[in-house]
Amino acid sequence: MPIFWWVHKWIHMRFILRELTSVFVAFYAVVLLFHVRSVAVGPEAYAAFLAWLRSPPALALHGVALVMVLFHSVTWFNLAPKALVVRVGEQRIPGWIIAGMNFAAWGVFSGVLAWILLAA
Amino acid sequence: MAQETITLEVFRYRPEEAFVPAFQSYEVPLRKDWVILDALNYIKDEIDGTLSYRWSCRMGVCGSCGMMVNGDPVLTCAAFLEAYRPGPIRVEPLAHFPVVRDLVIEMNDFMEKLNRVKPWIIREEEKPVAEGEYLQTPAELADYKQYSMCINCMLCYAACPVYGLEPSFIGPAAIALAQRYNLDNRDQGNGERLEILSTDDGIWQCTFVGECSTVCPKSVDPAGAIQRYKVTGTTAWWTSKLLPWGT
Repeated sequence: MPIFWWVHKWIHMRFILRELTSVFVAFYAVVLLFHVRSVAVGPEAYAAFLAWLRSPPALALHGVALVMVLFHSVTWFNLAPKALVVRVGEQRIPGWIIAGMNFAAWGVFSGVLAWILLAA
Repeated sequence: MAQETITLEVFRYRPEEAFVPAFQSYEVPLRKDWVILDALNYIKDEIDGTLSYRWSCRMGVCGSCGMMVNGDPVLTCAAFLEAYRPGPIRVEPLAHFPVVRDLVIEMNDFMEKLNRVKPWIIREEEKPVAEGEYLQTPAELADYKQYSMCINCMLCYAACPVYGLEPSFIGPAAIALAQRYNLDNRDQGNGERLEILSTDDGIWQCTFVGECSTVCPKSVDPAGAIQRYKVTGTTAWWTSKLLPWGT
């Protein structure tokens, strides 16, 4: 199979895009590590890091990363019902409930975090 | 009014004549109730008797007539000519399998993998006949019934990019059939199958592209079977590490 086997069908391209979102998840993790490190180094380093975060290239990178990580999360939660099959008697709990519970938990945790970070 | 026709471009490979495969075009009647298999039978009966292909039940239960039609793996007995209007329709042998001749592929790899997962009821001890049957409620049947619908047509192997890239991958149907027995309350072979499935060539090669379930003509959902077994396999691994003496 050729190395670009996935360019011929949209469903394959979507799959590769989904897998590539892992790069942007790693990007966020690395940025967070540098963020924490700058706090440990001192106030000047911290201010410099915040200045970088505000720079146009950083904003652009974060914009792309946000879209990719959202795509990552949405596709992940939508696939959750495939791995989790819960049966009540002969009936199976519908997929949208399993996926919905994941999205709801995401919303709740995001809300709580936003309240903690913004209210302080 | 003259009968409408449609062109089929069929993959030909006859090793005794030429090692290089080629496409041959045939014009067949475009009948509303005809499927691709009808067109192939028409070609073999009326135009070119040298064409080789597999088929049997012509109604989607035997799994013999799987081929690539315009790049998609389908059962040719279930693909209507009308759906491919105006054509031409490209018919090729099932992807990711060696070609024996024309549209006939060699399926030994799948047969070996199917056998490897032990697709039969495994008991520690057989119940004596005098004690009667193994009982199963409708709910217990519902647990595995979906996975029992597999007709071994191998469309899922043709659709799976991982199988195309790594032929050692055990594949969607084999795992779905292993699950058919794992989830059967009469079976006690989970431990034996765990060793076979929880390997690099087993479930862990799967990256959940999901195309196997999309092309499955019997709605077996092998992708779901595999992801469920990833949970089972992971749980079993953690249990073996945290509770090595057993539960």
